[in-house]
Amino acid sequence: MRYLLKILRRERGSQESCFQSFYYETDSAAATVASALVYLNGLDELTDDGGRPARPIEWECSCLQKKCGACAMVINGRPRLACGALLSETKNGEVTVEPLRKFPVICDLVVDRSILFENLKTLRLWLRNDADMDERYQDIAYGASECIQCGCCLEVCPNFYAGGSFFGMATVPITTRLLAEMTPKEYAEIAKLYAKHTFAGCGKSLACKNVCPKGIDTEELLVNANALAIWKRRFK
Amino acid sequence: MEKCVNIVGAGLSGLSAAITLAERGVCCNLISAQPSERAQSVLAEGGINAALDTMGESDTTKEHFADTMKGGCYLESESAVKNLTENAPFVVQKLFKLGTPFQHDGGRLILRNFGGQKKKRTAYAKSSTGKMIMTALIDEARRYEAQGLITRYPHHELISMKTTSGRLDSVTVRDTFTGELLSFSGCTILCTGGLNGFFEGVTTGTTQNTGSAAAIAFDSGAEFANLEFIQYHPTTVSISNKRMLVSEAARGEGGRLYIMKNGSPWYFMEEKYELGNLMPRDVVSREMFFVKNDPDCEGEVMLDMTSLDESVWRGKLSDLRAELISYLHIDPKNEPIAVSPGIHFFMGGIRVNDRHETNIGGLLAAGEAACKYHGANRLGGNSMLGAVFGGRVAAETAAEYAGGVTVTKPGGSADISSSPKLRAALRDTLLSGMGIVRDGASIEKMIGELEKMYSSDISRADKMRVNLALAMAMSAKVREESRGAHYRSDFPETRDEFKMLTAVRCENGVRRLTFEPADSWEGSV
Repeated sequence: MRYLLKILRRERGSQESCFQSFYYETDSAAATVASALVYLNGLDELTDDGGRPARPIEWECSCLQKKCGACAMVINGRPRLACGALLSETKNGEVTVEPLRKFPVICDLVVDRSILFENLKTLRLWLRNDADMDERYQDIAYGASECIQCGCCLEVCPNFYAGGSFFGMATVPITTRLLAEMTPKEYAEIAKLYAKHTFAGCGKSLACKNVCPKGIDTEELLVNANALAIWKRRFK
Repeated sequence: MEKCVNIVGAGLSGLSAAITLAERGVCCNLISAQPSERAQSVLAEGGINAALDTMGESDTTKEHFADTMKGGCYLESESAVKNLTENAPFVVQKLFKLGTPFQHDGGRLILRNFGGQKKKRTAYAKSSTGKMIMTALIDEARRYEAQGLITRYPHHELISMKTTSGRLDSVTVRDTFTGELLSFSGCTILCTGGLNGFFEGVTTGTTQNTGSAAAIAFDSGAEFANLEFIQYHPTTVSISNKRMLVSEAARGEGGRLYIMKNGSPWYFMEEKYELGNLMPRDVVSREMFFVKNDPDCEGEVMLDMTSLDESVWRGKLSDLRAELISYLHIDPKNEPIAVSPGIHFFMGGIRVNDRHETNIGGLLAAGEAACKYHGANRLGGNSMLGAVFGGRVAAETAAEYAGGVTVTKPGGSADISSSPKLRAALRDTLLSGMGIVRDGASIEKMIGELEKMYSSDISRADKMRVNLALAMAMSAKVREESRGAHYRSDFPETRDEFKMLTAVRCENGVRRLTFEPADSWEGSV
């Protein structure tokens, strides 16, 4: 099967992007967008669909098995991990590949996601004392710890923009883990910051609900985080 | 001047070192090509070993020590392994206190069986233990980032090291976003992982683990040890551009290996060994190699998990099952899966003493980048322990003599070009001589091809890589015995005279290899 990847590209330092297309041929049903990018960059001389020489496509990847979040990008209009996006799922063999749009573009598909980590710091997300390990909340802490900080949930959020006061769903998993492992007295400061930067700005659209590549149930996370941080109840 | 240390690599050992320094009020620059969330450590699955003795089996740290030494075929420093295993309960309890959601029952950690150990000793969080520990450590590091004790450089790759008369002057890194170069003087800990990038596309590791930092260290005079010992994990499956690990926990929880022989399933590990499917990884991988080549056997080696209880799938291996369904479209609950050994871990690395110092003054190393705790074969569950503990020890050492760090911008740009074709050729050449079963002739042939590659017109970065690959090949050549992960069909016996480290360094472009005692040494700080 021959696929056509239409990739939105940008030079370093430029403000303008344009699409460049590449063919990728494979018989493997397991081939992903990541497989195509690895293959194209492994060629001695990369050429586009018109046979014109092209420089290697810059993108970030690390684990290639949906565990690290490096390769998040917009694939056929949807934020996904390139290593989890099967080419065989595409209609008519065409795939549009763009960088995440909520973060500054560095080059091609590489974006600067520093704001993700800055926001976690602003929310002062760390334990104050030894963790209070209650096995009733073990599954909640485990599930919340699965977040890979890829940024897919922010891509679809109508309320989040980088640098805004609403920090979006990407901070909620860590908040929830810490709430699950701290006493109410210890998490008072975190709860206050959560109310300001998450609860207050969340429009409850739950657009994030079905995009998490880890399958984290964002609605349940919100329900749990709200229960403790806002309504001062225990987890559901 | 404020005390400060540079740490290159922000996975488990780097984070552990950074937190240890911060706890002592010492600053660090935490330099990594990607944020910690993308480090290879998040892929670690099955668990972390400590003789916590919570399972009513009267486990002791002495037994953990003995199992580690035996699993590593006595090629580790006894004193270092003693430190490691005696401190393991403290390390794991500390990770638990930092909120790692290990499986527990009212605070009592539940432990599982792992290879090469008769007693339950492996603390775990389903089969995503690395990810869970990393999350806890990343959150803890954030506390110190906010205090200014940890300063991250999270899109910065090491491009060179400068030494004078055996002492480290500075490390230079490149901002991958802007291309700008930064030089850091002062004491530096390398936590840059193993040599996955030498076997591009066929290991269980990450693409970020290129091995280039190790190649730079070797080129700068750092001594490496035991490079011939490469762990092939018995149960991996092929997915696009890599091998995917099927955690040892699958066998720890009851999974069985078999191959069809004369028309019936043959559970070869159970038939041959007391520990059955949970023999150390070198033994299992080698047996798989032999049965696969046995003319009476047919098909692939299968991992059968179909008899595991529903409770195991739900509570302990739900993530592993989801992953296999996602990538292989096979539900391991219903049918066995074909598995084969894949490159997973490098026991060799930068030679460090018990304090994690290298032969270069002011340069330390920890985690998979260093050669210290795992001898000729690492036990499952000891890698994360070695990384967290090693990072801690390295930081404690560095904190003793660290001075200030000056950060300068040297200007210019770096030639970091590397040819995909060369890397593919390097991989194929190394695979031809560094397989599960090796022999002198194929090693010689490999060396010849590597030498040709080395003298061809290749980039500086690729030349450094091939240089270290040659050191690896030479180490395999001179070890004329079989021990742990190094099995020579022409020398199938373990020989006492080889109970030594293969130590290799590059001086003025010449690789020098010697056999050295496995015990600790002074270092040169």
